[in-house]
Amino acid sequence: MSRCQRPLSQTVAAVPPSGIRRFFELVSQMEDVIALGVGEPDFPTPWSIASEAVAGLKLGRTSYTSNYGLLSLRRAISRHLQRLYQVTYDPEKELLVTVGVSEGLDLALRAILNPGDEVVVPQPCYVSYVPGVIFAGGVPVPVETSVERGFVVSPEQVEAALTPRTKALLIGHPNNPTGAVLPETTLRTLAELAEGHDLLVISDEIYDRLRYGTPHCCFASLPGMKERTILLNGFSKAYSMTGWRVGYAAAPAEILALMVKIHQYTMLCAPITGQLAALEALRWGENAVRRMVREYDRRRRFLVQGLNRLGLECLEPQGAFYAFPSIRRTGLSSEEFCQRLLREERVAVVPGNAFGPCGEGHVRMTYATSLDHLREALVRLERFLSRL
Amino acid sequence: MTNEQEIAILEILEHNAQVSPAEIAALVGLTAEEVEAAIQRFEEAKVIRGYGALVDWDRLGTDRIYAFIDVRVRPQHDVGFDAIGQEIALFDEVHSLYLMSGQHDFLVVVEGRTLREVATFVAEKLAPLQGVESTATSFVLKKYKLEGQILGEEGEDWRLPVAP
Repeated sequence: MSRCQRPLSQTVAAVPPSGIRRFFELVSQMEDVIALGVGEPDFPTPWSIASEAVAGLKLGRTSYTSNYGLLSLRRAISRHLQRLYQVTYDPEKELLVTVGVSEGLDLALRAILNPGDEVVVPQPCYVSYVPGVIFAGGVPVPVETSVERGFVVSPEQVEAALTPRTKALLIGHPNNPTGAVLPETTLRTLAELAEGHDLLVISDEIYDRLRYGTPHCCFASLPGMKERTILLNGFSKAYSMTGWRVGYAAAPAEILALMVKIHQYTMLCAPITGQLAALEALRWGENAVRRMVREYDRRRRFLVQGLNRLGLECLEPQGAFYAFPSIRRTGLSSEEFCQRLLREERVAVVPGNAFGPCGEGHVRMTYATSLDHLREALVRLERFLSRL
Repeated sequence: MTNEQEIAILEILEHNAQVSPAEIAALVGLTAEEVEAAIQRFEEAKVIRGYGALVDWDRLGTDRIYAFIDVRVRPQHDVGFDAIGQEIALFDEVHSLYLMSGQHDFLVVVEGRTLREVATFVAEKLAPLQGVESTATSFVLKKYKLEGQILGEEGEDWRLPVAP
């Protein structure tokens, strides 16, 4: 017996492994770690939501659903988007229930890209954006943002990055890892660019409910943008439902049809138990969202104030649940900082360069953790900094 | 200070009275002095009625009995339920007291060391009060949740320490 000697997929092999992965191996061997590296809420799914899924299991609701997802859920999503953003999606043709935004993003990219098509991706951004474009045969074109501009992408930079091959713009707002939100004026300028250059826009709005100042602006709600937008969202962050793996994509019917084609052959449908929970979240979850957002808001202020006090300059994040402080004054690289902080003080944070080269000099810390943990993390951080 | 910030201060203290004014200040976006002043105001206005620990006595193995007693009374002329309510509240044995809608008038929570002690209190002090028509005593067998806190073991954090 011998192993197959032929080369595996060069496209996939060429993509570097996630910068977070290496770090994860290190952390998982340690105890007593304060984990500010997590990308999910610390609240369990509200029991009023989870219990409905349990009830579904007891009733034997364990089958496949329609490829699109339960119609009742799609109707509820449609009403939800209408209520929040006054944007109208046909639950029969323009909404697809996905296995989280991750799958939605993959479907969107594979549905719209031809080999060599370019996708403009403002960075720092979620770790899967760039690999997702590459896996789909496209070419990612990163556009850097900076702390000086509050990590808000400049439309001029986007415009400068456009070529005849540019097919789409991929934005995540509120942003993971920076916590930045895009002001409506910026979104409107991007919309004009999309219109003027005939682009599609993939808008990842998974953190839309976690806003702490101005209300969220849904990209598809801007004039003329519903026709050009693939809106991705889900239940993981707002309702503390990461492990249920339920998200959705909303897009013009002709784009959605292609996404459904991939989804039906590769995923079939999102898990029904998660879909039942998601339906209940839309029916019953509003108070839970408000309670959690209120709590994140307080912890956010606490962490940001603490970081600034320690001299780790940090913008006030307006969305999501991450702080993205600068660690430049320590003279360490992001990776060194994270490795040493973990080894020496057992606090896990994520190096900013995992989210794109321009994230170098920063680290991502989540404040989706208890006040006790945040307090202790700041104590350890202070001790760490005093030794440098 | 906004109304929202005032409520936030109270919510934080209601959940954990040991959080310091400086930390509360950071959590709600005020200065420590402003928070201290607000807390003092709340104390003076009796919005804050006191500070205590949430004790799970069963863990210590201490005998402590709680009974929920439904009480029906005949409201008195002019003063309604208040006169008798205020009188019941005077007993040290009464832990908390509520005027209720529904079949009964008062819900009296009584604390004692033994069943007999609580039963005696009801028979000899509560039931004979003028205006009391009937009492129905239910003893607490086990507590599952107290003041919003589940009294089981702490759940483990299942989340991966580092995730995208």
